[in-house]
Amino acid sequence: MPIRVGNRARGDFAHAAPCERGCPPYDAALRAMSAETLTVEVWRGAATGAFQTFTVPRRLNQTILDVVTEIQRDQDPTLAYRFACRVGMCGSCAMVVNGRPRWTCRTRVSEAAGTDGALRLEPLRNFTVVKDLAVEMTTFFDKWRDAQGFFEPARTPAADFAVVPPATPARKAADEAIECIGCGVCYSACDVVAWDRDYLGPAALNRAWTLVNDVRDTAREKRLAAVAGDSGCQCCHTHMSCTSFCPKGIAPTYSIAGLKRALFWQALKGGGK
Amino acid sequence: MTPVLFLAQRLSAAVLALAVAGHLVTILYAIRGGLTAGDILARTHGNLAFFAFYSVFVVAVAFHAPIGLRNVIREWTPWRGGSLDAALAVFAVMLLVLGFRAVFAVYAA
Repeated sequence: MPIRVGNRARGDFAHAAPCERGCPPYDAALRAMSAETLTVEVWRGAATGAFQTFTVPRRLNQTILDVVTEIQRDQDPTLAYRFACRVGMCGSCAMVVNGRPRWTCRTRVSEAAGTDGALRLEPLRNFTVVKDLAVEMTTFFDKWRDAQGFFEPARTPAADFAVVPPATPARKAADEAIECIGCGVCYSACDVVAWDRDYLGPAALNRAWTLVNDVRDTAREKRLAAVAGDSGCQCCHTHMSCTSFCPKGIAPTYSIAGLKRALFWQALKGGGK
Repeated sequence: MTPVLFLAQRLSAAVLALAVAGHLVTILYAIRGGLTAGDILARTHGNLAFFAFYSVFVVAVAFHAPIGLRNVIREWTPWRGGSLDAALAVFAVMLLVLGFRAVFAVYAA
């Protein structure tokens, strides 16, 4: 049987004969959807602007990114938003959906919309808005640099491969925080960033914590100095919004707590200022 | 907040957790039988244990409160820099002076 490419929910196969298998549950799920259309309010503008309302057909397994893409392709090509991989790897499609920061490619409409099919899409909080749903990420990544969120090898190449047993406490701590995709959801969710624009933020501090636990890295002292200070890890109030919203299930709050502990002991031993 | 301020705030918080609990328990215990202020002052007068306990309390407060206030001011106002630190150093000294004045008042009154 030839393989057909298309979207059954959109009616691409309406002319085709009923399929032999898989259709009944699929059709039942489609019928079970509470709304046939979605009412989508989308932020238009930059720092100032207004919400524009679109009506989008409800489809099976529809993601928030599908909704935005459909609006941009079928209704308003001037809508600005950002995405790349569509599979939760690149971290570029995050937005605020019904008040919660989310990665939109992996968020289904059924998770985010109410039973009335209402959606409100806004750009990430705590970022400068470029246009509509696209935000300027420069400050966010500058803070990764400011937190020494990059690996610093020794001046001379290692004689052999570093052996890092996975079961060591340092490697375990790094593993727990290493999967960050830089989507900015935690930064958008953080109240401390909203209060203090200089605060390094959960993502940069989480990255620094992975490197503090990297036995091959040679800049531990410099990194701890970078994440201390008036805009560093000690500003964290442990609200845990970053941990609550992180789509990758990382707990930046614990990473920040680790940095606080490291600095605490360093200060107790007379190091740091 | 620098690591040293963070350390001072956390250590003073640990001291205050015990000091506040001791303070509250003492108050509840003291007034339980209907003691008057005069009765209480008669017991605290010349009591070195009382003096030492509340001296530690005052010193911990003088460290803890200005550091916390500095964080609050930095988060909620644009005030930064040396003038903020100087103002809070004055606040710390004021807490020390007023606190020890009260301690001496009930220890040696």
